[in-house]
Amino acid sequence: MMNELIPELIGGTLIGLAASLLWLGIGRISGMTGVLSSLFLWREQQRHWAFWFLAGQVLAYPLYALLGHSAPVQLTSNKTLLIAAGLLVGFGTYIGNGCTSGHGVCGMGRLSLRSAVATVTFMVAGIATVAVMNLSGGVL
Amino acid sequence: MSARILSPLVALASGLIFGVGLLISGMNDPAKVRAFLDVFAAWDPSLIAVMGSAVPVFAAFFYVSKRRKAPFCAAVFHEPKMTRIDRRLLTGAVMFGMGWGLVGLCPGPALVNLLAFEPGIFLFVLALFAGNRLAHWLVGPAR
Repeated sequence: MMNELIPELIGGTLIGLAASLLWLGIGRISGMTGVLSSLFLWREQQRHWAFWFLAGQVLAYPLYALLGHSAPVQLTSNKTLLIAAGLLVGFGTYIGNGCTSGHGVCGMGRLSLRSAVATVTFMVAGIATVAVMNLSGGVL
Repeated sequence: MSARILSPLVALASGLIFGVGLLISGMNDPAKVRAFLDVFAAWDPSLIAVMGSAVPVFAAFFYVSKRRKAPFCAAVFHEPKMTRIDRRLLTGAVMFGMGWGLVGLCPGPALVNLLAFEPGIFLFVLALFAGNRLAHWLVGPAR
């Protein structure tokens, strides 16, 4: 059982270490929602770290591939679904001030009740959405 | 090396390690994420291990950081100050969860997958930015 989870455990540990490095290094929370919003505030010097963080994230895939690893990306090709999902995620994470990284990893790690409530809420909403899509029998 | 040079390098390294972590764990794969959310049918619970390892690792370093006045390469810790649990937070989390369930992408993995050149990713990321700006113009930042 545990053997099958080794990639998940290594990956999760790396995510935790990356978040710790950013926090202890420059005192920032590694939340992707904050990074996204910061891109539109490029005039502000104190937001520039977000560009570097994002550059690292975007370069991870080609670097990983260059090292001979493969990482599948199995995504729907339904354009309506992709646009609806992108808008919901972009809008929702902005007004909720965080996503899986900011609330899920960092907020829960900081023992923030606000982040724990947000995390449980988006998990339940995600589970309900998948269940409804299953029930719709492929219409959605 | 001065903090001026070091802090961008810290952010770059952190983003890179974060991205590799998402790739190794399989959290970047929308199909795996949707299987994780598919609790009532073909449930694949393995992604619990990603959260289950990332959270305690960060929690430990965060706890240790309490003994320091400042981070290594910056003047202050920017700890989020909001603690409110209100309708805005819950509405946002529900909307995010719905979008997450629809295709299996959250912001981090979407950006990590950008250079995988999977055709749907660009459309999703474009809509992601549009949603972020729409919320900024229509609702505005939380105070």
